[in-house]
Amino acid sequence: MVHQERVVLQGHIIDSLILAKVLDRILSMGGSFDLQEVQIGKTREDASRAKIVVRADSPALLTSILEAIQPHGASVERESDCRFQPAQADGVFPDEFYATTHLPTQVRLQGAWINVDRIEMDLGVLVEPDQGTARAVPMASVKRGESIVIGREGVRVIPLQRPRKRDVFSFMESQVSVERPHGHMVHDIAARMRQLRTGYREGRADCRILFSGGPAIIHAGGRDALAWLIEQEYVHILFCGNALAAHDLEMELYGTSLGYAHQAGQPLPHGHEHHLRTINRIRSLGSIEKAVESGLVKHGIMAACVRHHVHVVMAGTIRDDGPLPGVITDSIQAQEAMRNVIPGTGLALLVASTLHSIATGNLLPAAVPTVCVDINPSVPTKLADRGSFQAVGLVMDAASFMREVSRELGWKP
Amino acid sequence: MSRLLVCPPDYFDIEYEINPWMHRSNAVNRERAVQQWHRLMQVLEQDVGAALERMKPVPGCPDLVFTANAGVVVGRQFVPSRFRFPERQREEAYFEDWFRLHGYEILMLDHEQHFEGAGDLLGFADCWFGGYRQRTNILAFPLLSEWFHREIIPLELVDRRFYHLDTCFCPLSGGELLYYPPAIDRYGQEAIADRLDPVQRLVVSEREALDFACNAVCVGKHVVLPSGCPDTEALLASRGYVTHSVPLDEFLKSGGSAKCLTLALD
Repeated sequence: MVHQERVVLQGHIIDSLILAKVLDRILSMGGSFDLQEVQIGKTREDASRAKIVVRADSPALLTSILEAIQPHGASVERESDCRFQPAQADGVFPDEFYATTHLPTQVRLQGAWINVDRIEMDLGVLVEPDQGTARAVPMASVKRGESIVIGREGVRVIPLQRPRKRDVFSFMESQVSVERPHGHMVHDIAARMRQLRTGYREGRADCRILFSGGPAIIHAGGRDALAWLIEQEYVHILFCGNALAAHDLEMELYGTSLGYAHQAGQPLPHGHEHHLRTINRIRSLGSIEKAVESGLVKHGIMAACVRHHVHVVMAGTIRDDGPLPGVITDSIQAQEAMRNVIPGTGLALLVASTLHSIATGNLLPAAVPTVCVDINPSVPTKLADRGSFQAVGLVMDAASFMREVSRELGWKP
Repeated sequence: MSRLLVCPPDYFDIEYEINPWMHRSNAVNRERAVQQWHRLMQVLEQDVGAALERMKPVPGCPDLVFTANAGVVVGRQFVPSRFRFPERQREEAYFEDWFRLHGYEILMLDHEQHFEGAGDLLGFADCWFGGYRQRTNILAFPLLSEWFHREIIPLELVDRRFYHLDTCFCPLSGGELLYYPPAIDRYGQEAIADRLDPVQRLVVSEREALDFACNAVCVGKHVVLPSGCPDTEALLASRGYVTHSVPLDEFLKSGGSAKCLTLALD
């Protein structure tokens, strides 16, 4: 946890090098800083003013840094507790509710800064002053009378520290370019997956890998690679829609996806019916799990998920056929089901789905390393535009990505 | 004509120890102190041509003699010091009374805002320098800067023997600076170098700095400084200043010299 305090420095702090001295002192003592506001005097007589957020890894270090910079004029800014109001009705925030970002956030309650649990962008903050706890809460879930933070006083957002490890994730910015080479990025992603699998097997926290994918993975030929990753325990959570599951199962029952035979690359007569017949068949059995347990479905993504107890959340859309049993058709319920499995995620791979990538991106805290893979550059761009700035964008074909990352991890097709 | 505020050393003594120079065991020879002070006044009045305003000494205020620490005077406005040590805080009221009686407008700093007057605030016409860390709190400078519309460059004093800026830093009337750089931290030294060309910076040796060569009074082309600083005198003479050295070692026992014993009123 990062400990921080905001200080103000004013006067002739630029030419005197007082500002430089204070910043040097913070760094040399092992802290870090963020210059939030710097107003520079327009003439020599005018004073300048800087607001500096000082951060340290421990409260003791923070105190020593503050003690060291105070003699140079850095005064700790006066701070107040956060304000809150009861929700007037179920599903309705108070008017001036504080809207969250997906960055680590703290609120001040009775003089103490406490972390907001389950942070996610675009939610409110529910506080329980008696317990000294705070958590992010979606608008639809708030209950009448719950205390919701209002205004901005007593709320602070902590920017992410740059990771010490130098890999593709250390940039934490979604530069999206078709022309960037993929090799080293795929390599870094695979390395992260290997490291997380080890942590997951040892029962360490925050080592789960979340995979969110669209049906293009099947059409383009990435099914075997993804199934292999699941078999090898490189995927612990799967978010998808009706289509990914339906085409995976269609492939198993008919050897086609959306009617195209994968071996021949030709549309088969009446092939367009295959996915409907597949869905109907699974519906008759009651669940995908039963289809796997009965031996009807032996291979592929869903079979691997059932066998390896992957937590699958299937969220439906307005254009779905069927849908398959297990698909959640109420969007708010689906969102909640996805939200509930996100804590503990150490890597999110969002592959070939505009809808599911953006939905998942919105639910993820900024601290979760995220990769967005799509053949269409507008998807990673859109994800970044909607605030998931931490997502690394990879413009490439879904199947190529699946196959390359699997090969890095030892897959031999 | 330059006017200086001074206070006769009738009660000057070492009654407490608030800087590394002061040792109660190192008693002041009152007779010599009085002689040295009168000699200084004679030089200031007769050789330099300054006009002197004499304050009435007060029993129990041995350091009232160091009028540089009364506060700071800008035109007809006066900001009384807020002494860091309680031993000197009792002087505040006497200095304030003198200025009030003489028609100055008094601007008050908060009591916790330590500021030791012209001991820690010195400068040239357009830019002032403020010593901090030993006695004055840096937070006093933004206020003074706002009141007087002047730039104040804070300088951190890092050697306890040079506890006020005027013990190591003396701006001269021709724009040069007589100073002892090691008493000021690296950032402060850089800030000074940024404002003054090398030719304007007259560096005093450690030996003479310890004899308080920088605690000098500059009036026009005259510089009055403690005796025993021949190199500094030669340096000043080379720049066209007329130097006047006065033995002031009785006052050095208390950590003060020529400059500390005067406060410029104009």
